Amino acid sequence: MIKIEKLHKSYPIGKDSLHVLKGIDLHIKEGEFVSIMGSSGSGKSTLLNIVGLLDVHDEGNYYLNGQVIKDMNEKKAAILRNKFLGFVFQSFNLISYKTALENVALPLYYKGINRKERLEIALEYLEKVGLKDWANHLPNELSGGQKQRVAIARALVTKPKVVLADEPTGALDSTTTDSVMDLLKAINDEGMTVFVITHEEEVAEQTKRIVRLKDGVIISDELTKASKAV
Amino acid sequence: MKFLFDSDTWQEIYGSIRKNKVRTIITIIGVLWGIFLLVVLLGAARGMENGFKKVFGDFATNSVFVWTQRTDTPFKGFQKGRRFRLDMNDINALQSEYKDEIKLLAPRNQTNNLIIHDFKSGNFQVSGDYPVLDQIQKKKLISGRFINQNDILSYAKVTVISEDMYKQLFDKDEEAIGVYIKINGINYKIVGVYGPSNGIDLDGDTAYIPFSTFKKVYNRANKIDWMVITAAEGVDIEQLESDVLLTLKSLHKVHPEDERAFGSFNLGTQIAKFMGFLTGMQFLVWFVGIGTLIAGVFAIGNILLITVKERTKEIGIRRALGATPKSIRQQIILESVFLTTVAGMLGIVFGSFILFIIDSTVGSGEDAALVNPTVNIPIIFIAFATLIFLGTLIGLIPAHMATVVKPIEALREE
Repeated sequence: MIKIEKLHKSYPIGKDSLHVLKGIDLHIKEGEFVSIMGSSGSGKSTLLNIVGLLDVHDEGNYYLNGQVIKDMNEKKAAILRNKFLGFVFQSFNLISYKTALENVALPLYYKGINRKERLEIALEYLEKVGLKDWANHLPNELSGGQKQRVAIARALVTKPKVVLADEPTGALDSTTTDSVMDLLKAINDEGMTVFVITHEEEVAEQTKRIVRLKDGVIISDELTKASKAV
Repeated sequence: MKFLFDSDTWQEIYGSIRKNKVRTIITIIGVLWGIFLLVVLLGAARGMENGFKKVFGDFATNSVFVWTQRTDTPFKGFQKGRRFRLDMNDINALQSEYKDEIKLLAPRNQTNNLIIHDFKSGNFQVSGDYPVLDQIQKKKLISGRFINQNDILSYAKVTVISEDMYKQLFDKDEEAIGVYIKINGINYKIVGVYGPSNGIDLDGDTAYIPFSTFKKVYNRANKIDWMVITAAEGVDIEQLESDVLLTLKSLHKVHPEDERAFGSFNLGTQIAKFMGFLTGMQFLVWFVGIGTLIAGVFAIGNILLITVKERTKEIGIRRALGATPKSIRQQIILESVFLTTVAGMLGIVFGSFILFIIDSTVGSGEDAALVNPTVNIPIIFIAFATLIFLGTLIGLIPAHMATVVKPIEALREE
């Protein structure tokens, strides 16, 4: 599903450049539940941005669903994002003046699905995350956990190939963290590829494979107990 | 273009406008003010033009009045300061020489006399005229008719009087047509009563009698007091004036460069001056109006630019969710166009309302400054189209700004 070979990325900082990713090789198959661990500055967010087509790599190869990602223009990237990828962010990134239902339906709008159908599908996914009764509430009327579940519903609504979660539990307390992780697990159980970035050991342990990054290189890549249990 | 008719597009725009009420209102006020000013100014200019037109009224505006004074240069043995009179020979000469250039030519004789009817009387101007006068200055006949050719030929003792004269000389509701009044001791039959003219009035309250009758009664022989000349279509009235004066000078043995011998008043030139002033004013109105409009549209661009900055994150989210740069651009441009359009419409409505108020307060009555202040519908459409065009153009800037920021940078913004 995601195949990365010798990926390099550096950011210019003034006259110098900061070499963030120094040759990453990573292969994630369909249906995997992977977490990327690393302290801040290890390059994990950069990796996610490249995988999520929000940023471009400098060197190396990146295949998404068998397709070479190279010289993407914004339009192509937008279409691929809409088709293959669902995003969950640490700060939820819900649009504040849209209700939970409208937020979930937004990716479908960009997919060109008509309003009625869109709202039906969105409601279905809200039900899936247990927030059907909150469909017409604005984000500021929801708790953090609820917001993140809305965001997850939004990530899922286009039936993406991969869900990319950037510190999905970073802004949540431990109880809600568990409920969000349970939700991600349930999604993975249905066969969805889930790609989580975290720096919390407990969160990573609930995934099936942990990739540890340090200073732009992978230092370990191992399966977890959770995966062996299945 | 399909996206224009997509209810979702409008849903999105409604959402973002509802979210940003204050900036929406401020934006709308900017453009509203612009188009409001344009409409009101254009309407006022039109009202002023109409006012002028009303002053000119039914008078043939390409007219020259010519009369005689005293010469200021000795010529052909004559001393300077000589008095002389226009006469019917001049009229005939001009008529044959300027057959094509002169449309109407009216010789006129006038005097003041006591006019008596029963026990009422008053001193009024009496004027000997040809029927052609009615073409130069249309008389608004309340009843009866004006002098006609038969009256001229038969030296008829008939007269046409003004409404005010009728009021002075007659009792209320008394019949005037067919009644005899005494002018300078001679009985004349009233054949017509005319009302006040629109705009320029050459004579005021005057009893018109046939030119031939006047000539006989007042013993004027061939002499006339003055004449009114109107130019034919497409003839330069100023050129005609100087040609006619030159001809008259040679007929009366006046030095060709004598400036004082003939007096003349060129109505056409005077009106051209007024019209020039009006054109200048209209240009000014357009200049100010369009300028204000452009300022308003720039305000929209400015405010959209700020909102785009404010909404960087939202735009980032949208793009992460699959919005293409094109769809973002479309939305922002459409927002700009929508705002300008709504503001434009409101401006036109308010402007028209103000014009309506002007019209109903100072726009009517005899000496209204602004008569019927209106703006042409096509002009409104042009202004409106310009507005939408500018709205699109100005929307391009923030739309571009919204898409140059990479989604990743947009998302990072807190």
